[in-house]
Amino acid sequence: MSDDIRNERTGERWVYSPTVRDHFFHPRNLLLDEPTEGSFDASGVVGSPACGDVMHVWLKIDKATERVSDMKWKTFGCGSAIAATSMFSVMVSENGGMPLADAVQLRPQDVMKRLGGLPNRKIHCSVLVDKAFRKAANDWFRATGQVERIQVDGARVVDPATGVTDKDIEEAVLEGAVTLEDVQKKLKAGVGASEEVRTEVEQLIRFYKEKYYG
Amino acid sequence: MEMRTVYMDHAATTPLDPRVLQVMLPYLKEEYGNPSALYERGRAAKDALVDSRETVGKLLGAHADEIIFTASGTESDNLAILGAARAHEAKGKHVITSAVEHHAVLGCVEQLAKEGWRTTVLPVDEYGRVKPEDLAAALAEDTTVVSIMLANNEIGTVLPLREYAKVIRDWKKAHNRGPLEAPFLHTDACQAAGALSLDVAKLGVDLLTVNGGKIYGPKGVGVLYVRRGIKLRPIVFGGGQEMRLRSGTENVAGIVGFAKAFELAQADREAEGNRLAALRDMLIGGIQARIPKVVLNGHPAERLPNNVNVSILDVEGEAVLLYLDAVGISAATGSACDSASLDPSHVILAIGRPYEFAHASIRFTLGRSSTEADVAYVLDQLPPIVEKLRAISPVKMQLDGTIVGNASAFVSDGRPHWERNVILNEVKNHSSVGTGPTKNLQDPSLRSG
Repeated sequence: MSDDIRNERTGERWVYSPTVRDHFFHPRNLLLDEPTEGSFDASGVVGSPACGDVMHVWLKIDKATERVSDMKWKTFGCGSAIAATSMFSVMVSENGGMPLADAVQLRPQDVMKRLGGLPNRKIHCSVLVDKAFRKAANDWFRATGQVERIQVDGARVVDPATGVTDKDIEEAVLEGAVTLEDVQKKLKAGVGASEEVRTEVEQLIRFYKEKYYG
Repeated sequence: MEMRTVYMDHAATTPLDPRVLQVMLPYLKEEYGNPSALYERGRAAKDALVDSRETVGKLLGAHADEIIFTASGTESDNLAILGAARAHEAKGKHVITSAVEHHAVLGCVEQLAKEGWRTTVLPVDEYGRVKPEDLAAALAEDTTVVSIMLANNEIGTVLPLREYAKVIRDWKKAHNRGPLEAPFLHTDACQAAGALSLDVAKLGVDLLTVNGGKIYGPKGVGVLYVRRGIKLRPIVFGGGQEMRLRSGTENVAGIVGFAKAFELAQADREAEGNRLAALRDMLIGGIQARIPKVVLNGHPAERLPNNVNVSILDVEGEAVLLYLDAVGISAATGSACDSASLDPSHVILAIGRPYEFAHASIRFTLGRSSTEADVAYVLDQLPPIVEKLRAISPVKMQLDGTIVGNASAFVSDGRPHWERNVILNEVKNHSSVGTGPTKNLQDPSLRSG
């Protein structure tokens, strides 16, 4: 019986290495119940069920050493999404826990290496766990007052005065903001105070409004 | 221990019937002649070709000279649509199809659009059927080809083709167009060939596609029925075989096998259809009884006897398939993760379901090997798989397409509220059953597998 599918042109293995299969069929560090209040120090969620992947991660972080002492997760997604999340949770919590500073540097390639590879077409879409993890890390940084360590994936600061990014604006629009005033209210920040920034912010609002509701 | 295997992907392809293999073997061995040759070996091959063409013609209620052999269902669709469109482009450059067609048809229509044709893709109702009045409204002076499938490969819905034929006939009458003038009606009947009557006169079609790989015949053989007198422009050029419409030395063994397979499938159609429909209903009913939050895709009654297509909410199709494969069950999904293009099923979207339902869709297609024990095995294996994947999944969706926010201990943990599940909320606000795909999610930056 063949366990794999090969791309006849590139020879690329389409489906999953034994490690991927192992993590897919026997996921590690799953969170099966809803977490109780205060049982974790931080959490983050990325993805969209419409796109086929949602990842939610919960972290326990040792306050003294800032190592990741535990990572639990839930994932809605395909085989590689589940396996990648499982492997990532092992990587950050094994050997006494990875320092948070190192863990936020992990990239999809690092997960893939440990998984023994993933089909190319699956990498961008299914390895979202590092992003979910960074969101959880941001949650931690915010809770511990380390605002300067917050990293936002793929976002660009559009208003230096408030640190508001294009992603913040996009999310505000997704939440129903349609005017600059709405966005300011949602973001609890006086975004767009200066003339030139305001123009750009308003453009972004129009762009996302068109994109999502047009 | 040998693992039990249950093949439930007969809509993808069927195994070769041993009786078909038997009639093919001589043409793979000693009767290897080229049917165009004059000597005895060539004449024997030619005879086989003539007999096969007659057999297929009879089964379709057609003349032998209306049967063109090709190398696949896809090629037959291409010859029908591109061939008829291009041969009649003086009449106009407009083609009509439906939103639930196979890519073999949609690809042709897209190609014609690139060549400057006007194209209309008709919407379908919640079960996947084109409304005859929509077709009537779309027909125009410049329409040359209408291509609408007889039965859908993904959701199994049977479309009322006779009604479409009548719409076109009435339109032609009203516009003084003869039967050999455009617009022509083509149907892809590949999925229907083992289940429905394909009498072309009763269906009222001008062009009809079937292929071997779905009816326990050989892969690599397709048939196109072309009503007498309708001109097509070939898409393959060369030695002029198949009435100059499809050059290339005939695949004699394949053609002989196709004719035998088609004959067997049609002879057994009603009895086998009844048997499969009972198993199908057992499987649908069993899934619905044992697994909460399941919706049936496709028409509950007007559907192929072998097709089960359900969306099992909160789980992703590819993950389900891999777990099913691990217990020996072969099925299919409309999830983006399982497609080369990473696009979710256009059929599930066309019937107005949200993206999440497409990702969660699982198709089981029964066939001759399927037994009650197979259905029972699937009904034993599927629920725990779904239960496991649902336990892993953070998504909780309602049958009406809304998503329940997952209560988390961190909802009000000092984070700005816009960071919370914004995309989940967005989906809740903007997709619901019946409205079809939301525009925002076509943004490639949001696309994922």
